[in-house]
Amino acid sequence: MTMHSSVILDMQGIEKSFGPVKALRNVNLHVRKGEIHAICGENGAGKSTLMNILSGVYPHGSYGGRILFGGEERRFRNLRDSEHAGICIIHQELALAPMLSITENLFLGNEKSKGGLIDWTAAHDAARVLLDRVGLSEPPETLVGDLGVGKQQLIEIAKALAKDVKLMILDEPTASLNERDSDTLLNLMLELKAKGVTSIIISHKLNEISRVADAITVIRDGSTVDVMRYAVDEVSEARIVKAMVNRELADRYPRREPKLGETMFEIRNWRVIDPSHHDREAIRSVNLKVRRGEVVGISGLMGAGRTELALSVFGRLFGRHIGGTVHLNGREIDTSTVAKSIGHGLAYVTEDRKGAGLVLGDSIARNIALANLKAVSSFGFMIDDHSVLDVARDFREKLRIRSHDVLQKVANLSGGNQQKVVLSKWLFTDPEVLILDEPTRGIDVGAKYEIYSIVNDAVAAGKCVLMISSELPELLGTCDRIYVMNEGRFVGEFTAAEATQERIMGAIMTNQALVN
Amino acid sequence: MSETATTHPGWRDTALLPVKRVMKEYGLLVALVVIVAFFQIATNGSLLQPLNVTNLLLQNSYIVIMALGMLMVIVSGHIDLSVGSIVGVVGALAGVLIVQMHLDIFSAVLLCLACGALIGAMQGYCVAYWKMPSFIVTLAGMLVFRGATIAVSGGQSIGPFPASFSWISSGFMADPLQVGSLRVTSLLAGVLVAAAFFLIEYRTRRRVLSRNGDAPSTAVFLLKNGAFAGLIVYFCYILANYRGIPTVLITMSVLIVVYTIIMNKSVFGRRIYAVGGNLKAARLSGVNTQRIVFLAFVNMGVLAAIAGMIFAARLNSATPRSGFGFELDVIAAVFIGGASASGGVGTVLGVIAGAFIMGVLNNGMSIMGIGVDYQQMIKGLVLLAAVFVDMYQKNKD
Repeated sequence: MTMHSSVILDMQGIEKSFGPVKALRNVNLHVRKGEIHAICGENGAGKSTLMNILSGVYPHGSYGGRILFGGEERRFRNLRDSEHAGICIIHQELALAPMLSITENLFLGNEKSKGGLIDWTAAHDAARVLLDRVGLSEPPETLVGDLGVGKQQLIEIAKALAKDVKLMILDEPTASLNERDSDTLLNLMLELKAKGVTSIIISHKLNEISRVADAITVIRDGSTVDVMRYAVDEVSEARIVKAMVNRELADRYPRREPKLGETMFEIRNWRVIDPSHHDREAIRSVNLKVRRGEVVGISGLMGAGRTELALSVFGRLFGRHIGGTVHLNGREIDTSTVAKSIGHGLAYVTEDRKGAGLVLGDSIARNIALANLKAVSSFGFMIDDHSVLDVARDFREKLRIRSHDVLQKVANLSGGNQQKVVLSKWLFTDPEVLILDEPTRGIDVGAKYEIYSIVNDAVAAGKCVLMISSELPELLGTCDRIYVMNEGRFVGEFTAAEATQERIMGAIMTNQALVN
Repeated sequence: MSETATTHPGWRDTALLPVKRVMKEYGLLVALVVIVAFFQIATNGSLLQPLNVTNLLLQNSYIVIMALGMLMVIVSGHIDLSVGSIVGVVGALAGVLIVQMHLDIFSAVLLCLACGALIGAMQGYCVAYWKMPSFIVTLAGMLVFRGATIAVSGGQSIGPFPASFSWISSGFMADPLQVGSLRVTSLLAGVLVAAAFFLIEYRTRRRVLSRNGDAPSTAVFLLKNGAFAGLIVYFCYILANYRGIPTVLITMSVLIVVYTIIMNKSVFGRRIYAVGGNLKAARLSGVNTQRIVFLAFVNMGVLAAIAGMIFAARLNSATPRSGFGFELDVIAAVFIGGASASGGVGTVLGVIAGAFIMGVLNNGMSIMGIGVDYQQMIKGLVLLAAVFVDMYQKNKD
């Protein structure tokens, strides 16, 4: 590993306030040329604010402190300025136009043109070169919407390369990628580093950081609290976590003594037709059992059909149901609409918190009440605002939602607190079966721990939990039993004692249907 | 501006300065008052003459009534361009039923309402269950029902209506207690409404306080609600000096109260906001999103039918051009009132203020003798300015 000592980026004493709220107090960030520099911090620590300052989204003058880039002081007034200087941000939510081709996306705003007309031959040729650099072999005419999330992420990187990037910032690049795609992406980062590209990576995944990063800056409550360099310092996950949350998380997963009861929730022979390919079964004869007090995981790669399974059960929101039954406490239940599913005690916490979990412009209180309005209404018609507030305050306290009150808009909460609002909404429906889809995606270590504790409380109260997750350590740390899913089928089942990362990945790879 | 802020003292952002807070909550009402004051001066007091105030009400009643329905449609994330044509076709139907076929008023009104509901249901069905864009469905509806208007009326004006029908628009509350030229019953009705309003606000406040909620100080409370109650009484006093309270005002007030309750307090209303705010989140929370959108359109159809009858009764005839261009006034009122084009945001109070801002502008400029050319331009710019202020505030947040 070559280590350049010249500093490419030097952010000094950065401060930023939003009205009375101080988002950044004193952040210092020194990134050396040619390194991969990780930034860690809990949600709300100020990472995004810092990156928005660096990229000019918050213009010079709206913050305190100095930015030196490439040796000179910079005063970016907007994104264009920072891009011009060679800084490129790749956001968690991808900013690609799905109905345009790869070439069109790569050169969007930067078109290869002659006299105002696009030179398509030159554009496609240039696109092929860029695609090659990120290891993609797709024809450049392909529509971006037809690519998977992993490949779209690579297109974003190629787009940055097209702009002759000097510093690439990746904001949680693997948050929605499966293990294999994450792997490809991290390898690409290392390759680009070897070719001299400097990167900043913001990530919650400590194993990824230790794999690619040369240095780590930890931010807590708007200040830099620790800087570690792999070549010099003793770096451990424990040290990073401690710096982030300022407390030792003795265990990343809270302990729980499983008290398992009789079979509570059961799906039998569930079969669903894919809505876009009518000759394809998206869910193929899935059988599943969850006992009272049990946390059961569903593991699998992206596209294995896990979310589709959950949605097809919960109100038949996915595909066309062609067979199978759902049972609760030994009795068959009708889950053909969401309202009926909720009525029978099912709750589904979506993987898409902002897109499908919350009404972002509404308050915490209104979001919590939404799935069970009848319970806060008189005659089932007139909403009693006071009981809405009471219920919301109760959950805010119990789940420790950090906000100034329950009337705050959920859009202004951090990811972890937003997730707690979604969980509150579903706990307020008093469910028997809690289906959690990627419940800790994109949230920090401290909030994850709290979410796991909420799961533990739920099963201790006699409910059962079905957890879909792409993070194997999370499933291994919290579940009593894990199903492995691939291509719409269950291909493995392990108890907590049997399950290991290797076994689960092995089950996916060999892809042998599980014979019940 | 959150729609709860206007009705529940406890929902406020306490960090704001008092003046800023008032502007944020009541900015539109303040704008309306300023506009009224401007025209009152510019027209040498003609604007608030009893006769003119009565006319203002009559002229704008159907816009306000349709704006209530349009608010629901827009909050749910859609638009309805066909309301002007529904006004036309229902007016023509009323003309045919009452004037030509001599049907009794009661049955005719019911049939007209059913016609509005049916039109709303057809369009709502296409939008909600077939996911057709509401802009296109109702654009088609606008053409179809304008054509239907001409077909039903045979291209002729139908009229005059019997007095029992035109009463719904040009009638006034009976007044047994007249003293000189002052209609005392109308004034008393105003006092009663003001008192009821004050009492409800007082009870809400007591309830908030008893739960240690955040309520404004007694002085602020008295000032605000006293001013509001005073305005109602003053308003009725002006009307009492002419012919008393018009029946249209009663119809409109009842509808305003009902729709305020639906939008702010009912489960159905909350669900409309949720559907417009985030359709997917609403569906995953068990809301039957298709039915909500469908019902919003049915409701719009019924309100447009009511407006159509009031308009026909006011002209005392049904003409093929009745309601032409109304959709623009109605939609403008809703957006001036602070609703968001992307859905999920909008208040009844705002929409009423928006409708009257447009109404007073129309009326005031006409009295001042400003030409139609400039009137149109000014109204367009006011719409643009209202949306600008809204976006500016949002960006500042």
